[in-house]
Amino acid sequence: MANMHKMANMHKIEVKDGVDQKTVDAVREVGQIYKHGWNTDIEMDYAPKGVNPDIVKLISKNNAEPAWMTDWRLQALERWERMKEPKWAMVSYPEIDFQDLYYYARPKSMIEKPKSLDEVDPKLLATYEKLGIPLKEQMILAGVEGAENAPSEGRKVAVDAVFDSVSVGTTFQAELKKVGVIFCSISEAINEHPELVKKYLGTVVPVSDNYFATLNSAVFSDGSFVYIPPGVRCPMELSTYFRINAENTGQFERTLIIADKGSYVSYLEGCTAPKRDTAQLHAAVVEIIVEEDAEVKYSTVQNWFPGDENGNGGIYNFVTKRADCRGDRAKVMWTQVETGSAVTWKYPSCILRGNEAQGEFYSIAIANNHQQADTGTKMVHLGQNTKSRIVSKGISAGVAQNTYRGLVSMHPKAKNSRNYTQCDSLLIGGNCGAHTVPYIEVRNNSSRAEHEATTSKVDDDQLFYCRQRGMDEEAAVALVVNGFCKEVLQALPMEFAMEAQQLVAISLEGSVG
Amino acid sequence: MGFVEPKNSLVDLWLNRAESLTEHGWSEQHRLNAQARLQSMGLPNRRDEYWKYTRPDRLIESTVPSAVTLSSEDQSLFSNFEQIKIVFIDGVFSPEMSDNLEGQDVSIELLSQTKAKDGHWASDMYGQLEATGQSPVARPLATLNTALAEEGVLVHAKGATLKPVHLVYLRQNESSDVMLHHVVKVDSGASLSLLESGPAGARSNFVLETDIGAAGSFRHVRIQGRDHQRLAATHHFARLHQESIFKSFTLTANGALTRNECVIELLGDDGIAHVAGACVGDGDFVHDDTVFVTHDAVGCESRQVFKKVLRNGATGVFQGKILVKQDAQKTDGYQISQSLLLDEDSQFLAKPELEIYADDVACSHGSTSGAVDEDALFYLRSRGVPKAMATDMLTLSFLAEAVNEIDDDQLIECVVEWLEGWLARRRT
Repeated sequence: MANMHKMANMHKIEVKDGVDQKTVDAVREVGQIYKHGWNTDIEMDYAPKGVNPDIVKLISKNNAEPAWMTDWRLQALERWERMKEPKWAMVSYPEIDFQDLYYYARPKSMIEKPKSLDEVDPKLLATYEKLGIPLKEQMILAGVEGAENAPSEGRKVAVDAVFDSVSVGTTFQAELKKVGVIFCSISEAINEHPELVKKYLGTVVPVSDNYFATLNSAVFSDGSFVYIPPGVRCPMELSTYFRINAENTGQFERTLIIADKGSYVSYLEGCTAPKRDTAQLHAAVVEIIVEEDAEVKYSTVQNWFPGDENGNGGIYNFVTKRADCRGDRAKVMWTQVETGSAVTWKYPSCILRGNEAQGEFYSIAIANNHQQADTGTKMVHLGQNTKSRIVSKGISAGVAQNTYRGLVSMHPKAKNSRNYTQCDSLLIGGNCGAHTVPYIEVRNNSSRAEHEATTSKVDDDQLFYCRQRGMDEEAAVALVVNGFCKEVLQALPMEFAMEAQQLVAISLEGSVG
Repeated sequence: MGFVEPKNSLVDLWLNRAESLTEHGWSEQHRLNAQARLQSMGLPNRRDEYWKYTRPDRLIESTVPSAVTLSSEDQSLFSNFEQIKIVFIDGVFSPEMSDNLEGQDVSIELLSQTKAKDGHWASDMYGQLEATGQSPVARPLATLNTALAEEGVLVHAKGATLKPVHLVYLRQNESSDVMLHHVVKVDSGASLSLLESGPAGARSNFVLETDIGAAGSFRHVRIQGRDHQRLAATHHFARLHQESIFKSFTLTANGALTRNECVIELLGDDGIAHVAGACVGDGDFVHDDTVFVTHDAVGCESRQVFKKVLRNGATGVFQGKILVKQDAQKTDGYQISQSLLLDEDSQFLAKPELEIYADDVACSHGSTSGAVDEDALFYLRSRGVPKAMATDMLTLSFLAEAVNEIDDDQLIECVVEWLEGWLARRRT
């Protein structure tokens, strides 16, 4: 008995002075209680294991795609077969056998596509209900139980629900259609709006962009498609919820968002998976096109199963996300709260092509137990007077490794551009690691790039203000930095902010750069 | 994979030169080891991540592009100090111009004069620090140096040496390819100052290996000469033991391509390592500071301060890394790299990295890049300072943080005067 007690203690996180107990508790909670770890018992239809031209053709056929799309996929596969898996990220995982995965799995009830949400298998609807994502068209207020019965003051969120390889349904489509917004699964868009898909697909993340994006281009099964017409402010938040359910299955979704001139959309992405002791692959591609004066807000709460405390199972999350600000004054804002996945490899990026374009990246990445996160952003300044801002907070505990990897590039023609980068890391316990790998390339002198990674270098004026009122330096820094972390959370839309705040009730005392 | 072939044959081309080396003795085994290591690692090419921003081609070509020599005004540098001066002309020791190689508490020998001996104290260090410094990132140019260098100084400080040792590198030949490999050992409690100056060769490849014993201290100030077309690759490997102090400062002006690598290992508790650099470049100028500091002991402090002033299309590169191993608690690591771009064409490329495995540490880094502050310029001009002079004043004040890392006022004065001269020559 005494021995058992000892064993239990061994897994306790050792806490150093200066680290807030609340922080420790919050991190521990995030790591140990994975409340979305259940699975849905549902009959599935699988394609045979492995990837080859036949599988690609099968996926294309199941989605009833036109020939040009099948060819596009086959070309991607051909390229992928000649590529090598990248090894530069600071993550290590056992070799993935890409031929030992299912590339396509759909619930049997989805073979005949239901015509409306009323026809969808109730088991699937119950799955999303349980995840807190009701697919009924109703007002929802996140985080408040019973809100679905609440009267009309609630906010509307349209949801596209992706279950393993297929989209289960998309809510509020009719209402969105009234203002001209197209929100549907990408498989639907390929058939219904081929001119838009043809024009934009693969123009932000080219087929040959990187190993995982190329694989995705060949085998992506579903995902979301959004088109906001010129001058339209999308009347509700759009959201995609990804659920991996089947075992040994890879999920490859593709999201394409087009914000035409002067439009605005806020897009949310959530993801969970059941607890399994074998690792699963998730390789997604998100492409965003932002035209003149348009604005896109993309928020993610990534909560894939992170593996158990011994590092078994979990999702390998290898994602390529990129936004192309094509027009002048286009604006994109990435906000991510990364708490899940065994291995994360993800760099949501902004190409600031138009003049006065703006890119923002706010990130909180928490890695616990055996999790490894290599994440960050790329800000490529091509247009004049472009601005970017990067705020990244990395928190490591257990034996986790957390890396910020980023690029800020100011091209010779990107005159008068500005970048501000701040990345802070916090280590809890002596067996984890926190790393920072920024690349800063400034190729003209009217631009300014600032990279900071220290808590003592928070805004001097704010510090001075606090100190002048009698606070000691440490308390002043803590206050300012705490305010900063809140700012990242506040960048999230309300629906997510609640969930994220629960995940990250964290302060940054004792942090290192 | 067609590019592998020429890369290997270039290694062979270089190593063929080793066959003509005649001396045997204590250093031979170290060279042979280095040759074998070089064969397996190959020479750098521009696809290497570690050479992302600086193209190594001109540093490894088998023939040296010739570089015009400037008048040798640099000879007078540091001449106001009492010192032990050791002069090399195109990499060859000049006994006539050098002082007597004797000093209190210090022994100074030339590599070429000791090579025939069978045993030497430097045998424990020669090529050894360089070999350790190859992990986790390969530095093939340093290995090339170990394999081929025939000259260098072996300095052993046994007490508190009073006079600094000054290595002066002069140039006469327009296409000299100079390789020097120095070894410096500072005993426990001992101290040494090392000065380096001069343009060296049309192309230079220098390695300096330094071991500092417990409570020892080593101070190093280097001014890399101002010949416009010269090429240089330098590697400084330092190993610090308990409570030892290491301070190194490099000033670089001009030069078509300079890559200065500094690899520091803090092996004993409470060590202090400061490495700083200031560079001023005009036109055809690529300057690369690559620093790797490993904290492998408790309570150590490291500082990296690098400032670059760039104009007329000059390029500045900084790759700095602080690695804090798991047991290196109470580490204080600081790293700053900044550039001042004086016109539209210049560029600054930086990769300031942290890799931290200990939780009770304070590590920070900062990197900025931008033009002269218009407000400050306006302030000075409104008080009657002409624009060119005001720009120079702001440039000097920008460089000051790096220059002030030198902890000797007389040396600071020397460096500032030299910088003022450089700026004055460019004032329009």
